[in-house]
Amino acid sequence: MWKWLHPYANPETTYHLTGRIIPWFSALTIALLTIGITWALLFAPADYQQGDSFRIFYIHVPTATLSMGIYVGMAIAALCSLVWQLRLADASAAALAPIGAVFTFVSLVTGAAWGKPMWGTWWIWDARLTSQLILLFLFLGVIALHNAFEDKTSAGKAAGILTLVGVINIPIIKYSVEWWNTLHQGATVSKMGKPSMSIDMLWPFIFCYMGFVFLIVVITCIRFRSEIISRNSMRPWVRELVLNQGVK
Amino acid sequence: MNPRRKKRLTIVASILIALSLVSGLVLYALSQNIDLFYKPSEIYNGKEGTGTKAINGQRLRIGGLVVPGSVKRDENSLKIAFKLADMKMPITFDENDPMITVKYDGILPDLFREGQGIVANGVLNTDGYIIEATEVLAKHDENYMPKELEMDGSKTSMEATAKGY
Amino acid sequence: MQFENINAFFAMGGYGFYVWLSYGVTALAIVLLIILSKQKHKNTLLAINQRYTRELKRKEAAKQQQELKQNNLSSSEVVEKTNESTP
Repeated sequence: MWKWLHPYANPETTYHLTGRIIPWFSALTIALLTIGITWALLFAPADYQQGDSFRIFYIHVPTATLSMGIYVGMAIAALCSLVWQLRLADASAAALAPIGAVFTFVSLVTGAAWGKPMWGTWWIWDARLTSQLILLFLFLGVIALHNAFEDKTSAGKAAGILTLVGVINIPIIKYSVEWWNTLHQGATVSKMGKPSMSIDMLWPFIFCYMGFVFLIVVITCIRFRSEIISRNSMRPWVRELVLNQGVK
Repeated sequence: MNPRRKKRLTIVASILIALSLVSGLVLYALSQNIDLFYKPSEIYNGKEGTGTKAINGQRLRIGGLVVPGSVKRDENSLKIAFKLADMKMPITFDENDPMITVKYDGILPDLFREGQGIVANGVLNTDGYIIEATEVLAKHDENYMPKELEMDGSKTSMEATAKGY
Repeated sequence: MQFENINAFFAMGGYGFYVWLSYGVTALAIVLLIILSKQKHKNTLLAINQRYTRELKRKEAAKQQQELKQNNLSSSEVVEKTNESTP
């Protein structure tokens, strides 16, 4: 496995590889999100109880689910970075943190905007909402730690430890609706067996969800590339790259 | 320790302290009501598991289903009274079920209707098992379906309402 | 199509404010994130470039200094020689 991974663990190869896939994945993201959002807003049927406010579902659920996904990804990267001193893993953890913070923030805002008309309140301190808020604080803490050090290696170490400690919050978010009485309802799509949705409501969701997945990939690549070159700025290949590109 | 290291340590320490302080406060707030509400039967018998009983005059949240036919609206104001019962699968309402009367004066959420899940925040009066609510929130379920499907029969919608608990 | 006309679409069955607030905030946040991420990449390249230029200049300056020193040295030698020859 290490042999196979070796060429990808090379910062230069990774930098050029991610640069090549960005346009393709951007096109894919735009296509998926355009179809998904248009479908969600115009063609998906309104809910029998919630009417058109249900359309918030199509951005609330993907961003909320993926915010946890991003955290798990960041934690795996942090673990690799701490255990095997993989500098690329550290770079990807640093690249993921701001994206996770934005997704968590969006899930909280869209949740509030959905809760106000349906539940009757913007916010309630129930277990689901509170643990998601803590997730936002964790992302912000990780970002702050990455920026608190001049030396990227110690920054990565401090942020990595916080990331790993914060992993405990993930199962709490996921199962909060089952462990405790909450105002928030249970899972719709990700539960075992059949999703609790009609199929013509589910399709636009799949497009939106995949669109957000590739959006994360694209933004991660962009940020990952900055992290790579700032961590390798003394290497000859970076020097060549910068001098060839000139100041753009 | 050189000044640069010292500065860095202060920054890191303050970030960690701020983060743990915020999380600590939030967890403390949560520990008070991590179980957001009492079920009507728990008002009578004490909480499941811990057995904590609510006392007269206590402010608490109650969660249950609005008993069909129990909603009484005042014609001249927003005042409303309704009964809440525990959720059971499949949904059935029986007169002998433990029920709590909720009195409320204010704007109800759009989802309020008979058979709907409701969480009300108010002061408990154990004399008549009445809660004077200051806030009524709707708790919906995780099932979504188009209106046309719901027309097929009210049974599906009732089942859907039930699953949220 | 779920809506009869454009007004019904914007009204969202009375939930227009909440639906458009959600979609608006999401779009704004994500567009901002993309712009900032691209900006960051540009700034990183710029910073590295600046460092190289500075380094290059420093090296050149050092080189010049060296040359100057050598020149001075040779001229002072001349001065010394002339001094020697005066008496």
